[in-house]
Amino acid sequence: MQSNAALEYDYSVAKLFTYTTILFGIIGMLVGTLIAAQLAFPQLNYLIGEYGTFSRLRPLHTDVVVYGFMLSGIWATFYYVGQRVLKVSMAESKFLMFMGKFHFYLYFVGALIAVVTLLLGITTSKEYAEFEWPIDLVVVVIWVSWGISLFGLIGIRREKSLYISMWYYIAAFLGVAMLYLFNNMEVPTYFVSGGIGSIMHSVSMYAGTNDALVQWWFGHNAVGFVFTVAIIAMIYYFLPKESGQAVYSYKLSLLSFWGLMFVYLWAGGHHLIWSTVPDWMQTMGSVFSVVLILPSWGSAINMLLTMKGEWNQLTENPLIKLMVLASTFYMLSTIEGPIQSIKSVNAIAHFTDWIPGHVHDGVLGWVVFMIMAALFHMAPRMFKREIYSKKLIEIQFWIQTTAIVLYFTSMWIAGITQGMMWRAVDEYGNLMYSFIDTVAILHPYYVIRAVSGVLYLAGFLLFAYNMVKTMTSSKAISEEPTNKTPMAA
Amino acid sequence: MELRELQGYAYFFMTIFLVVMLYGYIIHLYRSEKKGEKDYEKYGNIALDDEIDSKPIEKNPKLSKEKEGANK
Repeated sequence: MQSNAALEYDYSVAKLFTYTTILFGIIGMLVGTLIAAQLAFPQLNYLIGEYGTFSRLRPLHTDVVVYGFMLSGIWATFYYVGQRVLKVSMAESKFLMFMGKFHFYLYFVGALIAVVTLLLGITTSKEYAEFEWPIDLVVVVIWVSWGISLFGLIGIRREKSLYISMWYYIAAFLGVAMLYLFNNMEVPTYFVSGGIGSIMHSVSMYAGTNDALVQWWFGHNAVGFVFTVAIIAMIYYFLPKESGQAVYSYKLSLLSFWGLMFVYLWAGGHHLIWSTVPDWMQTMGSVFSVVLILPSWGSAINMLLTMKGEWNQLTENPLIKLMVLASTFYMLSTIEGPIQSIKSVNAIAHFTDWIPGHVHDGVLGWVVFMIMAALFHMAPRMFKREIYSKKLIEIQFWIQTTAIVLYFTSMWIAGITQGMMWRAVDEYGNLMYSFIDTVAILHPYYVIRAVSGVLYLAGFLLFAYNMVKTMTSSKAISEEPTNKTPMAA
Repeated sequence: MELRELQGYAYFFMTIFLVVMLYGYIIHLYRSEKKGEKDYEKYGNIALDDEIDSKPIEKNPKLSKEKEGANK
């Protein structure tokens, strides 16, 4: 680079992933709302034949929100934050620019194929690992291309030290790579059987309890390394940057990082409490889940203390509000998870609606709020326009917060009711209720959940509208804002 | 000794080992800061001062002269 006067960060890949974050967010949440309504009103299962049944749409919902919306959000922020904290532009390397774009386009095509195959009912039936073997191979290439971008950018950095967010992005990359490879070890049946059955079909390389163990080692840590680690990477950058306050304690951020890395991978066994896995392994899952409170709250408290002396920003800046609420919901769900992992509590909670309740206060409150705040922060810097409407963010905030509260409270009540009814016995030791009794009693709570889904989706559509208007018709800004994101009233 | 018993011991000592490692790390962080060997808190500014022409908190020594560019 001879003249550095023109050197700028290049956000073209970050922009592409921003578009897919919005697109997959809408699709994933729409499907989620529909299946929530199906549980309350079963006749909604038959809208579009086999393609609209709960069993087809449920994996579509989880995979589109996790691997569509969240991964897009993670990569949009990575291609933005990565350049900035390493102080290097993607425009400085033609190769990295190519890899970034290759990463995006392969991901987009792969995601579309995944959606189609799930709708067609082509699935391995392993939760969050439903993709059949040819798609798994594509996923590996997508992941490796992210790795090349990640380490390539690190390789040409100007800043010697890696900011804490980069550590978290690296951990997300390595963690998911390892988990995904081990859990998706599968045998394509067509080839080993000499041409019998579908070419797409495969069976897991592990059997029985071993398969369950590997599956939940993956399942729980996919949550850990996608919903937690990569989102912490975002908040460690965006909250300090938006508020103008350096992270409260950098040492605490390092400690929490290593704490999380040590502990998280051992906690997956809590998904298999009271099942046929060895008892010591269930205990280990339970104990490590409780220990996990420490590093989780270490990060969350560090974020809240970053706002020390600057709490006025909470009322002035809706992005700070989104991030502080995200951090608070992170605390809520990381105390709730360990409580559910205690064996005696798990005896009631397991298989009930309290579990999706727990997942959703984490994802709706923590993950989605953080990703939306990040994209709102990035938009004026990427598109050189101010945020279209502050008021819309405020409205969206309250609609979605109400939705989350309705979601998790209804599921808490539903789950505990369900758990207690399944266990209730009369004086002779006979079960007092049949399964359908619980279904009848839970109906109102399922209706509340469906309503909360509609509210949350409405809030997300406001976000999408605000983002599109920001990209296309908002007032242009001449200079890049330093901290607070500019927005029209 | 049965395999399960062995696993129990391994689990116990592994936990102790990891706890010692983690506490050791806290001590290491605070001690090296107290001795003046390292100032961890300055790295927090990487996020705040992140323009492409900002001076790096610590310059990457492997960077070629040509690429040092904007932030010499």
